[in-house]
Amino acid sequence: MGIRRGHQARLGEVIAEKLILAISLSTIAMVFLIFLFVGREAFPVLLGRVSSAAAQEKPLPVEAMNTLTPAQLRAYLGLSAQEFSSMDRDTIQSLMEVRIEASAEEKPSRDAELNTVAWRYLLFPFQWSDYDKPVYVWQPVSGIHKYNIMPLVVGSLKTTIVALLFAVPLSLAAAIYVSQLANPRWKEWIKPAIEMLSAVPSVVLGAFALLVLATALQSLFGYQYRLNAFLAGIALGLTCVPVIFSIAEDALTSVPRSYTQAALALGASKWAAAWQIVVPAAIPGLFAAVVLGFGRCIGETMVVLIASGNAAILSPSLIEPVRTITATIAAELGETVVGGHHYRMLFVLGTLLFIVTFLTNLAGDVVIHRLKGRLEGKK
Amino acid sequence: MPMNMTFLRITLLSLAASLSLQAVAGEITVKGSDTMVILGQKWAEAYMQKTPTTKVQVTGGGSGTGFAALQNKQTDIANASRKIRAKEIEQCIKAFSKRPREYAVAMDGLSVYVNEKNPVAALSLEEIRDIYTGKVTNWKDVGGPDAPIILYSRENSSGTYEFFKEKVLQGKDFASKAQTLAGTAQVLQAVASDANAIGYGGAAYGAGAKHIKVSETKGGDAIDPTEETVLAQKYPIWRYLFVYLNPELEKGEIKEDLDWIRSDDGQKVVKDVGYFPLPPHLRKK
Amino acid sequence: MKGRFNKPSIDPVAAFFTGLTGLATLFILAILGVILGYLFWRGGGQVSWHFITGGTDTDMFDASRAGIFPMIIGTAARVLLMTVFVIPVGVITAIYLTEYARSGSLLTRFIRSAVNNLAGVPSIVFGLFGVGFFISFLGGSLDSLSGSPEPHWGKPALLWASLTLAVMTVPVVIVATEEALKAIQPGLREASLALGATKLETILRIVLPNALPGILTGGILAISRAAGEVAPILFTGAAYYLRDTPKSLTDQFMDLAYHVYVLSTQSPNVELTSPILFGTVVVLLALTFGLNLIAVIVRSRIRRQMRAAH
Repeated sequence: MGIRRGHQARLGEVIAEKLILAISLSTIAMVFLIFLFVGREAFPVLLGRVSSAAAQEKPLPVEAMNTLTPAQLRAYLGLSAQEFSSMDRDTIQSLMEVRIEASAEEKPSRDAELNTVAWRYLLFPFQWSDYDKPVYVWQPVSGIHKYNIMPLVVGSLKTTIVALLFAVPLSLAAAIYVSQLANPRWKEWIKPAIEMLSAVPSVVLGAFALLVLATALQSLFGYQYRLNAFLAGIALGLTCVPVIFSIAEDALTSVPRSYTQAALALGASKWAAAWQIVVPAAIPGLFAAVVLGFGRCIGETMVVLIASGNAAILSPSLIEPVRTITATIAAELGETVVGGHHYRMLFVLGTLLFIVTFLTNLAGDVVIHRLKGRLEGKK
Repeated sequence: MPMNMTFLRITLLSLAASLSLQAVAGEITVKGSDTMVILGQKWAEAYMQKTPTTKVQVTGGGSGTGFAALQNKQTDIANASRKIRAKEIEQCIKAFSKRPREYAVAMDGLSVYVNEKNPVAALSLEEIRDIYTGKVTNWKDVGGPDAPIILYSRENSSGTYEFFKEKVLQGKDFASKAQTLAGTAQVLQAVASDANAIGYGGAAYGAGAKHIKVSETKGGDAIDPTEETVLAQKYPIWRYLFVYLNPELEKGEIKEDLDWIRSDDGQKVVKDVGYFPLPPHLRKK
Repeated sequence: MKGRFNKPSIDPVAAFFTGLTGLATLFILAILGVILGYLFWRGGGQVSWHFITGGTDTDMFDASRAGIFPMIIGTAARVLLMTVFVIPVGVITAIYLTEYARSGSLLTRFIRSAVNNLAGVPSIVFGLFGVGFFISFLGGSLDSLSGSPEPHWGKPALLWASLTLAVMTVPVVIVATEEALKAIQPGLREASLALGATKLETILRIVLPNALPGILTGGILAISRAAGEVAPILFTGAAYYLRDTPKSLTDQFMDLAYHVYVLSTQSPNVELTSPILFGTVVVLLALTFGLNLIAVIVRSRIRRQMRAAH
């Protein structure tokens, strides 16, 4: 190869390096953009700039279009200057008529003037008309749009907790076995085999849970609701087993062999060495595995969308149907009008989800980093 | 960076390819009601067999999705299993200066399903309302056995959900405990496998669960949901299924497709997928 | 450690826990086996030449006539288009991290942290991002630039679905490529530099060719991961029914994984369509498992090479 020297070659080098750096920085930009553009749709709600109040001012008769000034008319019809100027008389007239029809459709309700996307309706119970006590309800498609997110938050937590209770002991035990106790020749097969579980798409796991697992668990435990938090949690657990296993196994394997060898030389059994030496040394890594498993579970969509029953109930029971944050976004976004309050509320849920997973990831990241530093330092 | 160059070249090539391929002639997009997506797809299949030059693309998402897409000009035809609301008309006028045109394209009766083993055979609209709003939670209160009622409902994006809510619940909220499923067949299946369940969905949908008789008022005439009673508008829970479109688009292949859907030929397909054909006076001659 | 180390070699406690953890391992493998066995048992019979090559113009929901060819093409199109975007970005970032970055620097920490974070963002949030950024912002801007009254770019499309998936799978490619780059014997680089090649030349002619299998693995894993995802494409491009395969970047597409979702939640007749559902599942699993298997094999080779190198 011809070796180019001198100024030109060096300039090329510098440019290439800058280019490579710029592209690498795009990963940071992506995280930032995700937050920005998911948040962008949500901020108007969070800042209280959106109103979902159903009540409108009393409609004016159609003839009013002849008496109002253009500015008044434009404000009444909620049009931008550009829209207004491009419309002819007939269009304005049909808009006036539709206003009257809209008010005829409206059902009188004492809640009609409430802005239901205000913080207190999102988080705290409220006694709506038609209800005999204050309630937490998510009923976005309704005369009065009710957007209390608590049933969804609790739903997500319920399925996630079941999933972790199921997956964490199983995955950690398997990780200990594979990294410390198993015959090394077996290990080379078992590890990729377990990680293969992550090659099962979550939509397939969801379908399996719906069609097979639901019936099996119901006949086993005899509970009433076929689809419930318990079932969804177990299926969800299967999606995070490979995540937790893989990280935990890595953490355990990264503990220097010399630790174990010292214990074994002192006459400890393999188990004792694993449990009393390796596991304590790898605790931060195991913790990170659980934290990242949590992030994975709370953000998983298809399994819970298919197998949870999707009823937005706020209850502690695990054998009742649940509706999670992710399933709500997936089920409802397609229906909403872009820019409307329902659309924005779903982006609020997305932002919440992003923040929660961002924090758990950060925590997991920091812990793993520390662990590596510590183990390397002790070497 | 050779890799970067290739990347750029591929992107440019594919952009060019996409630009040259756009604006394919005779393509109709249909979007909206999930209730109607199977019907729409059947119509599309049959129509495309008859008229191979026209391509019809059908997607679901719910009646609301269809209206939203109509406003955003993302679809030519919006399917809807409920009437358009004044607010949605307003959005349409803002988008294309005219009211969207509405056509009834089929009839549908909504059945209330219970499990085959359930002795309850008839309910009044009021009883159904009390059950679905959570006021009545035990079958013994409506003449059945002493067992809790398990509610099955549809996703709130479906027109069936909104129609049931308007017509039967009179605008009240569904009980939170109602499980929401994405399709009528799923509701039917759930009810078939759960002795205490109640669900609702298309009257012409298949067997597996019992379609109960419904009376307008308690003690009134309980009517079976059949083609005859729905067409005669005797059975209380019936509706039209609609399509909406921008009047300016009603020409060329879109008009031909619509006319065919509303003709006797198009109406034949309706029965195959579980709805009822339009009464003759609403059809396109 | 209260002197328990001095016990005789057959310790009942140790045996018990070894058995228990072994059982947990076996249990996970058994679950995987049961799921796969069941799905292949139910769906294997449906997979025929006609099922794979047949279109949707006859009857999408009739098990004896249905074909899933458009879904296979849709899935293939979205994942291949995705690799066009994700591989350059992923590989170049990995090159930066292994060849240029100083490992302790704050910038490197930030980039690594961003990559880890991207890997943990829920797939439905990527879906929202696709709607908010690609469709509304990019697509909307392109539309207003071209001044077309109807949205041409600002609607769900193959391009946007692929880009959304590309953002999602960047970490997969970075991790695999980095591993491959680290596995290359440092001596090779040093030799190249010693002969007077510049850093860039060394990377282009020595490092990258040697890392090719690893880069390939990254691409394969990214494809496998993306092929099974539904949430990111729900609102960015997948369609319930189309007659044809996508012809341009702005077309919507039918998709294997999305079809599994449709069939399991919205089929018109649960019993009659279940063969199609399981058949589609089998095809999808064959795809994701086949790709993963290839990746595992290539990867274990790289790891062996790495052990030899260091």
